[in-house]
Amino acid sequence: MGMARLSTFGRWLSCGLLLAGTGILSRPARGVPRQITLSEELVTLPGELGKQGGRLVVSLRAEPKTLNPLTAADAPSREVILGAMQADLIHINRATQVTELALAKSWKVSADGLQYTLTLRKGLRFSDGQPVDADDVLFTFRVCLDEKVHATQRDLLIVGGKPIAVRKLDSQTVVFQLAKTYGAGERLFDGLAILPRHLLEKPYNEGKLAQTWTLATPPNQLAGLGPFRLKEYVAGQKLVLERNPYYWKQDTKGNRLPYLEELVFLFVPNADAQVLRFQSGETDLISRLGAENFSVLSRQQSSYTMSDAGPGLEYNFLFFNLNEPGEKTSPELARKMKWFREVKFRQAVSAAIDRDSIVRLVYQGRGAALWGPVTPGNHRWGNSAIPHPARSVEKARALLKEAGFSWITGPNGEPALVDADAKPIEFSILTSSTNADRTKMATLIQDDLKQLGMRVQIVPTEFRSLIDRVTQTREYEACILGLVSFDADPTADSNVWLSSGGTHLWNPSQAHPATAWEAEIDRLMEQQLAGPSYEQRKKWFDRVQELLAENQPMIFLASPDILVGAKNSIGNFHPAVLEPYVLWNAEQLYFKDASGNARP
Amino acid sequence: MMQRGRWKRWLVALAILHGIIGCAGFFAPYDPAEQDRERPYLPPMKIHIVDTTGHFHFRPFFYAVHLRDGSFDQFEESTDQVLPLHFLVSGARYRFLGLVPSRMHFFGASASRIYLLGSDAYGRDQLSRILNGGQISLLAGLLGAGLTLFFGVLIGATAGFYGGWRDGLLMRVAELFMALPWLYMLLALRAFLPLTVSPPWAFFLIIAVIGTVGWARPARLVRGVVLSAKERDYVRAARGFGAKDDYLLRRHVLPETSSVILTQAAILVPQFVLAEMTLSFLGLGVPEPVPTWGSLLASLQQYSVLVSYWWMYLPALAIVPFFLGYLGLASALQQDAGTEKIEKATSGVR
Repeated sequence: MGMARLSTFGRWLSCGLLLAGTGILSRPARGVPRQITLSEELVTLPGELGKQGGRLVVSLRAEPKTLNPLTAADAPSREVILGAMQADLIHINRATQVTELALAKSWKVSADGLQYTLTLRKGLRFSDGQPVDADDVLFTFRVCLDEKVHATQRDLLIVGGKPIAVRKLDSQTVVFQLAKTYGAGERLFDGLAILPRHLLEKPYNEGKLAQTWTLATPPNQLAGLGPFRLKEYVAGQKLVLERNPYYWKQDTKGNRLPYLEELVFLFVPNADAQVLRFQSGETDLISRLGAENFSVLSRQQSSYTMSDAGPGLEYNFLFFNLNEPGEKTSPELARKMKWFREVKFRQAVSAAIDRDSIVRLVYQGRGAALWGPVTPGNHRWGNSAIPHPARSVEKARALLKEAGFSWITGPNGEPALVDADAKPIEFSILTSSTNADRTKMATLIQDDLKQLGMRVQIVPTEFRSLIDRVTQTREYEACILGLVSFDADPTADSNVWLSSGGTHLWNPSQAHPATAWEAEIDRLMEQQLAGPSYEQRKKWFDRVQELLAENQPMIFLASPDILVGAKNSIGNFHPAVLEPYVLWNAEQLYFKDASGNARP
Repeated sequence: MMQRGRWKRWLVALAILHGIIGCAGFFAPYDPAEQDRERPYLPPMKIHIVDTTGHFHFRPFFYAVHLRDGSFDQFEESTDQVLPLHFLVSGARYRFLGLVPSRMHFFGASASRIYLLGSDAYGRDQLSRILNGGQISLLAGLLGAGLTLFFGVLIGATAGFYGGWRDGLLMRVAELFMALPWLYMLLALRAFLPLTVSPPWAFFLIIAVIGTVGWARPARLVRGVVLSAKERDYVRAARGFGAKDDYLLRRHVLPETSSVILTQAAILVPQFVLAEMTLSFLGLGVPEPVPTWGSLLASLQQYSVLVSYWWMYLPALAIVPFFLGYLGLASALQQDAGTEKIEKATSGVR
């Protein structure tokens, strides 16, 4: 669940690396792991049987900003919190992309699709040993929906304009009442961590909930339902999690999971440094690899294995500034915006882009060319009827001619494209300066468009000032960005396609849809959001994809494969194309030999 | 007695090197921005004169190269396809010395492109990029040095010759300029500039930046020389005979600084070439696809390039002869200046 996230290093880089004054926080002794009792309803996971023990080390690109699931918005925080420390009622299996029961042992949907009844497992306990009941679930939804808390999940819990009403049936059963049917159904509950009321009610009543559970919080004041719990935080260096002895999953032999004794996140701010750490054996897993580093590691693999999990859900695209020119818009930009709003101009640009070269030269072939937002990694929602036209400069020329553009001979004898007022077609493409892949795409596109007689400048810009230009000042001409969907369901990206959405990048946060096709997309997205069945919803979302392909508000380019690596000694390693790519089954990972224990 | 006139040899060597870079369009076989997407990261091609069957070829040749199946950056030579090297061929359009349009290239091949120094991530010819990149880097160095010396002499001479509050003010400003953390200021400055800077503008911006940053040191040197020169007996004598300030400066004082200025110029040019490289390396220089030595080296920021493609280091080697030339020239000039002084002094005794 969650909104599409702008994928870039920029956001991670923004995290401070030093928290002054926080030394080593060691964990006071807590309850001993209990034996499994009959009153507990544990989930039994199939898969290889593992060995207990070991310490798994992975790197994070930045320190998590918080350990509070309500305010976590940055990627490192989400990876730590959702990947290892917290759990939800119903969970999307990252490998199969379908929902499965988690903290809930059953769910029922009423005939009108408005009421969800969830029953909790018996004997659930937080990582500090306190039992879980329906009041914790009620508390979680109360704080998530409280406007004063500013929970990141709040928007998703408002269905049909009204917050979800939650009521307790008995100590194990909770009823969720929706104002309108919700197409994605039980996927709603994924990623919504159930919080311990006994620890958080006091700060909530004092109005301090958003500030609790920072990295400096002593481990005994932090509890969750995930496979691991906080052990130690060393500012600027690492975050150490230890096994949660009360975790609610077991293997087929009845051993309580997780297998690993410790999970350590090292803060390694730079992708190349992460590669070096992995190469030297300091870290056990690596993900979010670029194709170049992947092939460097592949060439020398011996004690580790690199694997290509196939295309993920990241889609990269070029888009033009389609905002209405305002009073502050410079006359030059306003003049160029006229070209950008011409749909044939955008279609011509799309036709002239050599997507295969992008996949080959940027991703070294480890990726897929895109003609729509749904990547091949998404198995259920792609519209196979969307054409995949090969690159055609002739077609692009014909489109431009139809739209009233023409060619003259430029100063150096090469053909130059001009508009009806004989003004040369020149524009700039913004890219994030920290993302070498997108700058490379821009360089290829620059050369592709040169063959149409367009003069393109590439402007690598610091990521935050780029986002500011795109969403706030709107002073830019074109831009290349990428988005990563958290879930395969189209609902996850509604804020990209709805014209009122903040991530509707080409013209964000509109009061009224600016064009007829945007209005139609709005309507279709609203319909599919409430849709009754997968087939019906798919039909509507297929139409959204068609409209996107016709109007090219985003010129989709390519999607990189999820590239990961793991030491050979790690068992149950099954990378997924949904985040967290390698830690989604952290509870099942184990060391086949004793090496995991050997390290200090 | 020390050998004089060694600087002439250095100057000739430098002139030849600059001549090659000046005629980059002619010596480079291809347009530096032209992409060959079938051959990214192609290692330098081998030139043969003896083929696989042992036959000697009068005309040097190379074998066609293609990607190995299923690979991204592994290439194979197909030895059945012999491609002779041709000289003085017609190819991509360029302007000779930046003025005369021409299509004539020193060498090339007809059936396939030839990469003597390999290709980059987009399959662009590394040799053509190094040669053309040198034009911008060296021109930035030369113009930057010229600008710096102009300001340096103007300010240094004013401060030294007139002294007093002018001296105090100008030298404090110079110290301030030397103390500023320039790199960070430049990064901040870039944020205020317009979003799009076209390549020529970016180039002038670099020169302006180098010029403003660099004047302080030569100014202090010139001031020192002027201070001592204006107290010389013959200057005082001239002043006594009623010579005006501008005459004194022109006739007696500034000529004294000439050896300092020449030596400084020889030191500053490579320094400023390096400054341009630093700016481009950090992405503050001339934008893609125009090559400069700094932007060519920028790809080495990536670990994968660093360990995989050794020919991407070659632009760093290209600067070596230039730096040697300039530094050799500087030391020869300095020696000459020293000898001249001694000769002057001894001839005075005689």
